[in-house]
Amino acid sequence: MSEAARSFRVATWLGWQIESNWADPFLFLVYSIVKPVTSVMILVVMYWVITRTDTSGAYFAYMYLGNTAYIYVGSILVGVSWAIIDDREHYQTLKYIYISPIWIYFYLLGRGMARFLTGTLSVAITMAFGLLALKLSIRLAEVNWLYFAASMILGLASMAVMGLLLGGATLQMARHYWSVGESVAGALYLVCGAIFPLDSLPGWLRPVGMALPLTYWLESLRRSLLGSEASKGISPSLAQFSDGQLLLILLVSTLIMAAGSIYFFRWSEHQAREKGLIDMTTHY
Amino acid sequence: MARGVELFLRTMIARAYPRIIGATRERSWLFFETVMPLLSTAAYVFFYRAINAPKEYIGLVVVGGAMTAYWLNVLWSMSSQLYWDKDAGNLALYIAAPGSMMAILLGMAAGGLIMTTTRAAIIILGGWLLFGVEFSLAYWALLMLAFAITMAALYGMGMLFASLFLLFGREAWHISNLLQEPIYLLSGFYFPVSQLPLWITAAASIVPLTLGLDAMRQLLFPSNPTFGFLGVDVEIAALLALAVLFIGASRFALAYMERLAMREGRLTERRR
Repeated sequence: MSEAARSFRVATWLGWQIESNWADPFLFLVYSIVKPVTSVMILVVMYWVITRTDTSGAYFAYMYLGNTAYIYVGSILVGVSWAIIDDREHYQTLKYIYISPIWIYFYLLGRGMARFLTGTLSVAITMAFGLLALKLSIRLAEVNWLYFAASMILGLASMAVMGLLLGGATLQMARHYWSVGESVAGALYLVCGAIFPLDSLPGWLRPVGMALPLTYWLESLRRSLLGSEASKGISPSLAQFSDGQLLLILLVSTLIMAAGSIYFFRWSEHQAREKGLIDMTTHY
Repeated sequence: MARGVELFLRTMIARAYPRIIGATRERSWLFFETVMPLLSTAAYVFFYRAINAPKEYIGLVVVGGAMTAYWLNVLWSMSSQLYWDKDAGNLALYIAAPGSMMAILLGMAAGGLIMTTTRAAIIILGGWLLFGVEFSLAYWALLMLAFAITMAALYGMGMLFASLFLLFGREAWHISNLLQEPIYLLSGFYFPVSQLPLWITAAASIVPLTLGLDAMRQLLFPSNPTFGFLGVDVEIAALLALAVLFIGASRFALAYMERLAMREGRLTERRR
């Protein structure tokens, strides 16, 4: 257990150093502001071009919150899968990690944690921009903070295990899959109701969204910040679930995915060892 | 002269070769590099549908989503590639070899075009089949011309970036990362660029995809007059000027940065 904790702690520290010490703090801050704000501004402009309305409505807040929270999905999924490529091919240290007293599963979780920290910076900046510049309809005094915390803990856990699933897959891939994390995050963006309600999807695609823990995480997060009724009004297909049921589904689906990720990661690791992929370098 | 041309072409083919072979060795990239980006583009389509946008906007998003492939290719497989090559120890070999750096960069671009164009084509095809986007081919010759000049200007810009990236260390990855979303926003990948304030669009026009995308959208969706920032003929002329500017500038910049990198001992450094 102490080895798992140490692996996690050291990897978090290492990941943070890699993410943040490439530039001086001012440049890092500019980078941290520009990227998330421009990302969310794409949607804001799209919304404004069509509706020409102000940004204080409930639907805008629904979309904005989903997009902002989704920064975590991109950060953690990309973080874990990229850590494999980075350590294997860039730093060429993956083989040394394997011969060290480190638990690789928790090492990767730690690298994901570092991305979570940089992601939190982006989320905080984007939320501040939304509240101050775009007048989002969120009343901080009315936020259900307990429900928010429970939703965040379960949501982050589900993203971590999804990241490990992707990490396992990346172990068996060449470097031209550098974008695998972004690709998967981009695809999930469609089906989990990040920027529009699931009801906007075609009927055959909706069950895919309903099977993902991310869907329940985003919905519970919105209910905690916007209020249950506002969120239910926008997303009727999820309105059938009570606040408690959402968290329960999130918990159960995360546990199932965690079990799957442990099994899949072990299998991928075995495959990678068998095929000599642990110290593979690919360069196209 | 003939020998110089032959060497240039051989260098280009040699650099393109591993990328083409690499793409055929592990074909599962077809899934991650085509189906996944299509789904990502589809998210913007459904967003527009959810807010009841006119149907032309669906086509606009599909074209923008397809063109992201080229921007990503320029950023990651061209601009920052020299950083990766430096890290792998290939850069010193490029410099020591008799071929020109421009040929090597063009080889990278040509080699990467298989993946890039496949990704773009699948998004366009998916937009047509899944969302019923109706593309007008009434101006197909002009469309081809606009696309070709946009690519020339864009890859010229990529070569110019590559020369700057010669001096970068670990920050190369972050700079490329930083140039993604802001350019998607400023170049109007998912909305008509004409909707941005004039001064922003004028400044963003330095990125060839801003005018290129706008011209292509005007030609593909002639029924929607709100898409155009400038007339197509003006945009093509401006793109031509950008192509000449970037390709010319990259030739000088590559030579200058190469000398500077040699003088400062950065060609073999591995700042990790």
